[in-house]
Amino acid sequence: MNTTLLTQSVAAQTETHQAVREASGLFSGTWLLIALPLLGAALLLLGGRRLDRTGHLVGCATVIASFVVAAVLFVAMLGEGSGERAFLIPLWEWFNAGGYEVEISLLLDQLSMAFVLLITGVGSLIHVYSIGYMEHDERRRRFFGYLNLFVAAMLLLVLASDFLVLFIGWEGVGLASYLLIGFWQHKPSAAVAAKKAFVVNRVGDMGMVLAVASMLVVFGSSSYAVVFAGTENAPVGWLNAIGLFLLLAACGKSAQFPLQSWLLDAMEGPTPVSALIHAATMVTAGVYLIVRSAAIFDLAPEARTAVVVVGAVTLLMGAIIGCAKDDIKKALAGSTMSQIGYMMLAAGLGPAGYAFAIFHLITHGFFKANLFLGAGSVMHGMNDEVDMRRFGALRAAMPVTFATFAIGYLAIIGIPPFAGFFSKDQIIEAAFAEGLVVGLCALLGAGITAFYMTRVMLMTFLGSKRWAEEAHPHESPRVMTWPLIALGALSVVGGAGLLYLGGGIVDWLEPVTGEEHHDLPVPLAVLMTSTLITVLAGAAVAWLLYGRRPVPEVAPRGNPLTVAARRDLYGDAVNEGLFMRPGQYLTRSLVYAESRGVDGTIVGAAKAVGGLSTRWRRWQTGFVRSYALTMLAGAGLVVIAMLLVRLP
Amino acid sequence: MDLYAPMIGLIILGAVFAVFSVVVSTVIGPKRYNRARLDSYECGIEPTPQPVGGGRIPIKYYLTAMTFIIFDIEIIFLYPWAVRFDHLGVFGFVAMVTFLFLITVPFVYEWRRGGLEWD
Amino acid sequence: MIAPSIEYSALLPMIIVFGAGVVGVLVEAFVPRRFRHAVQVILALAALAAAFVQVVRLGGTEIIGAVGSVAIDGPALFLQGTVLVLAFISMFFFAERRIEAGGNAFAPAASSLPGSEEERVLVQQRALQTEIYPLSMLAVGGMMLFPAANDLLAMFVALEVLSLPLYILCGMARRRRLLSQEAAMKYFLLGAFASGFFIFGASFVYGFAGSLEFAEIDAALGARVGQEGLLLAGVGMMAVGLLFKIGAVPFHAWTPDVYQGAPTQVTAFMAACTKLAAFGAMMRLFYVGLGGIRTDWQPMLWAVAIATMVVGIVVALSQTDIKRMLAYSSIAHGGFILTAFVAVDELAIAAILFYLAAYGFVTLGAFAVVTLVRDAGGEATHLSKWAGLGRRSPLLAATFGLFLLALAGIPLTSGFVGKLTVFTAAFQGGAMPLVIVGVLVSAVAAFFYVRVIVLMFFSDPAPEGPTVAVPSVWTTAGIAVGAVATIVLGVLPGPLLDLAEQAALFIR
Repeated sequence: MNTTLLTQSVAAQTETHQAVREASGLFSGTWLLIALPLLGAALLLLGGRRLDRTGHLVGCATVIASFVVAAVLFVAMLGEGSGERAFLIPLWEWFNAGGYEVEISLLLDQLSMAFVLLITGVGSLIHVYSIGYMEHDERRRRFFGYLNLFVAAMLLLVLASDFLVLFIGWEGVGLASYLLIGFWQHKPSAAVAAKKAFVVNRVGDMGMVLAVASMLVVFGSSSYAVVFAGTENAPVGWLNAIGLFLLLAACGKSAQFPLQSWLLDAMEGPTPVSALIHAATMVTAGVYLIVRSAAIFDLAPEARTAVVVVGAVTLLMGAIIGCAKDDIKKALAGSTMSQIGYMMLAAGLGPAGYAFAIFHLITHGFFKANLFLGAGSVMHGMNDEVDMRRFGALRAAMPVTFATFAIGYLAIIGIPPFAGFFSKDQIIEAAFAEGLVVGLCALLGAGITAFYMTRVMLMTFLGSKRWAEEAHPHESPRVMTWPLIALGALSVVGGAGLLYLGGGIVDWLEPVTGEEHHDLPVPLAVLMTSTLITVLAGAAVAWLLYGRRPVPEVAPRGNPLTVAARRDLYGDAVNEGLFMRPGQYLTRSLVYAESRGVDGTIVGAAKAVGGLSTRWRRWQTGFVRSYALTMLAGAGLVVIAMLLVRLP
Repeated sequence: MDLYAPMIGLIILGAVFAVFSVVVSTVIGPKRYNRARLDSYECGIEPTPQPVGGGRIPIKYYLTAMTFIIFDIEIIFLYPWAVRFDHLGVFGFVAMVTFLFLITVPFVYEWRRGGLEWD
Repeated sequence: MIAPSIEYSALLPMIIVFGAGVVGVLVEAFVPRRFRHAVQVILALAALAAAFVQVVRLGGTEIIGAVGSVAIDGPALFLQGTVLVLAFISMFFFAERRIEAGGNAFAPAASSLPGSEEERVLVQQRALQTEIYPLSMLAVGGMMLFPAANDLLAMFVALEVLSLPLYILCGMARRRRLLSQEAAMKYFLLGAFASGFFIFGASFVYGFAGSLEFAEIDAALGARVGQEGLLLAGVGMMAVGLLFKIGAVPFHAWTPDVYQGAPTQVTAFMAACTKLAAFGAMMRLFYVGLGGIRTDWQPMLWAVAIATMVVGIVVALSQTDIKRMLAYSSIAHGGFILTAFVAVDELAIAAILFYLAAYGFVTLGAFAVVTLVRDAGGEATHLSKWAGLGRRSPLLAATFGLFLLALAGIPLTSGFVGKLTVFTAAFQGGAMPLVIVGVLVSAVAAFFYVRVIVLMFFSDPAPEGPTVAVPSVWTTAGIAVGAVATIVLGVLPGPLLDLAEQAALFIR
């Protein structure tokens, strides 16, 4: 690859002229990050039963080793001057066909470093936790194999230096995600959930494919270097189109409106999976994609507005859904949607928000993984019960889980000095700087977050015992509580630490994302205070509703909003109405014969094609005479076409 | 098109002659029908009774016919080769021997597989 | 007159394979029944391997031999080598004897009446069909000659030599024999019809150019004014004959019926190798012989390419039989290759060569997997039977999933690189609309391949679902080679792409 070109391009991408250097020395070992978990996955999935007893150790060891490598690289990167921390690690030329060249190479810069640390760090903790959680599962080896596969794919996603290579990681994490959602395949609901995730994600992937295809048309390449260098001279229409395609892709992977419906169902997977994939890392890939594509979005204002709108809508939607769920994991899943909405919103604000999006993404990775693992610990002690109406007063039975969960709770609702306070506050500030409506959305979201999280807290750990008769809650084993404690600690110090330590994350990311200072319409102190007041108000309402009164063991009917929220705000109905129904009507008007699809998963436009398909299929009569006649007619057409061309 | 004019003339001539002879024979020929005239022609022997549509011809018939064709084609290639033998030289000789060998192989196959045993 | 001569050395690969076919016939005649199968398998594999070694030795050769009728050059050698490798793997599947207890996938005696006493006795005696080997050797020989044929007559002879054995092979299925014989009959009748078009068209072109050799036809193109009608009609009719072999719309009607009825092993062999040979022949005819009038035939092929892609994929959507679905998919892939075909340059040739090789491995593997999913009636090809296969046989289902992903053109599989190269070639050749149609159609196609994956992995198994036969090492090895090739050509396609680029020059 042409290094000068690359250098110029990344310089153009940001205002700060960070050059990408060919990696040497320590940094050329970056590929180990991916290779280690990939090796683990290969061993575990192909190794057979010999590894049944020790497989989980292999799985943990490879990820922890990867984390060690990441830590070493991080320290080494700190040793380099700011603005000289981007490295390109070329591996091999994938193919070179007709001027379109794709090289498999890795890009290690401040942004990917942050992700690598998050993925391997949180990933290691969750691997360790899973030893305890999956102890009695006879397919534990396979579970760790899939987890390793996920880590490897996720690392490829964030380390890629070409959209096409990123897409491979993108598909890889998707694959691992389906496998793990459907891990307990004996449960029909798990199989259905996996299928749903698979199908919905196809829609998002279509966006990714269209984005890459558009890049090929506009820039003649899909490598970051060429694409980002070319944005200045590219037509804005194309940039907007690419931006919207990328947003569609991000919506699919990050469960953003209107492709959010699969995430709630994905909670059918084992809880460590929910923590790692569907809270801390994979679902944030959409945010990564948008921040990484900053050079495109910076010049595509319409696409950026769309990102903000999607983020704001999802932020509120997820929060409202979270309020009505009695299933602890689904309540947390709604919260995940909502928090990712915050990140999307921040990412949509452009250079003013990129760093905060990543900041919140990382703190969210800490506290949401903590909350999910806490929920898993509760379930572990309660015979896999997930209904919060059957919990209550678990504080005494599970002190460690309670303590760490409480930290996570304080972090997510944004009480200082916990991690969420710093990161969320920055986003709310940036949102107000953008505009009043966006700011109010973010503020309102914070209030609702406080409400539903307080509700979860109260219903699970406080109040009266509403346990099932055979339930004997007990604290989880050490192998599960230690990761909780570690994540709890990170949820405390992660926010302030990342914001202020050694210049903070904003300075760290600045060479990649650029920086832009915003002017607040109101004084900072006023804004902070009102945020805190909103949060406290939300928590207070929850206390009034759930803390003072006993929680009924059967859910009351509730008002229309509650009912709507329980049904995921009719996300499925919307999908059905938006994509499936019109397609079906179209089909019916097109064909009188019923489409004989094998499987009901045909969605939308495909149904129409299906109709055409059945109709065309009838040409295939099985009679040689009609085939011969078709051929004769075809031959006639071909000859006539040949003759006509010469006629003019 | 001049190149093809004689050809087209010949085609027209042939067609005219065919139509002419059929028409003329029906117009001027005597019309005396009897059983022998209405029977299908089979080399002068009494036709065997057959179902409507001709019935099936035993598969052995085709085997014999195909064996015949093998040798028929062999002869067709041998004639021109023999005529130009001097010019074709060693190349032609090798080619013809190869050809004869290849023609023999399926014949041997047919013989070994019982294709020549009539019953 | 100087006596003609033959370049035996350059033709050695074909001579070896044809020779093995002839010897195979003699083996049928003289070797006792007990040893025949082993002898035939060894003979076939040895001949293919030896021929491949010769092809490698000939690498870089460029001669027009056999008195101008055969051209040995880059594309010819590339395709010959690929056909030999694919045929080698196909022989593995032909040699499989464990799936059908005591027999292979073919009727013990193709001439016995289906359901007759004779058939029953033969099955009981565990009689083995061995004539398939000489037949397939002759077909392979024809496939090697087809892309190398440098005059119209040699091309026609090659067309017949590769077709006739295939007609017979199609009718030899052990199970569902009537369906198989019907397929053979259809293929034969329509194939003969198409050959008729080809030879008729060839006679027109001869009438125009006064020669059968491509170089001389090319020279005549600009020289003779006033008789273009004859030429163009002739080219159109020859195109019909070749497009039939490729399975392009509207000459595709035979494909699903024949692919479904033929023994699956034969389908695999046919789908992978025939398409390859036919595209090779078509490239040589249209690029070398008729390159001078490309503006005349390009619009026609544009239309055919679009129709082929669209019809192939759209009809594939509603198929409920896995073999028919793969058949329509093969039609559509022919369309994808045609998009690059109309670009007429070295990039296009390289792209097509690579695509054909990549597609060959995927197809072989996919059909081979189909042979393993069975119920009481033989292969369970109805899609509904494949529901939940991933639960019962994860490895097999994952392998099939890999082949489907390759057919869909997902990155890291050979199908992706193949599609990318042909579309790039078409794009640079100025066929933007074709590329757009191709990409859209690929998106729809990805949908139905993925549908099968969803069906295998996310659906409940059918209650009386099929079992997965445990194959012998033959089939296992064949599928493994297909899968490895699919991944390797997807991850590291460089070497083969380079080879294809080096080979992408026709001798004139």
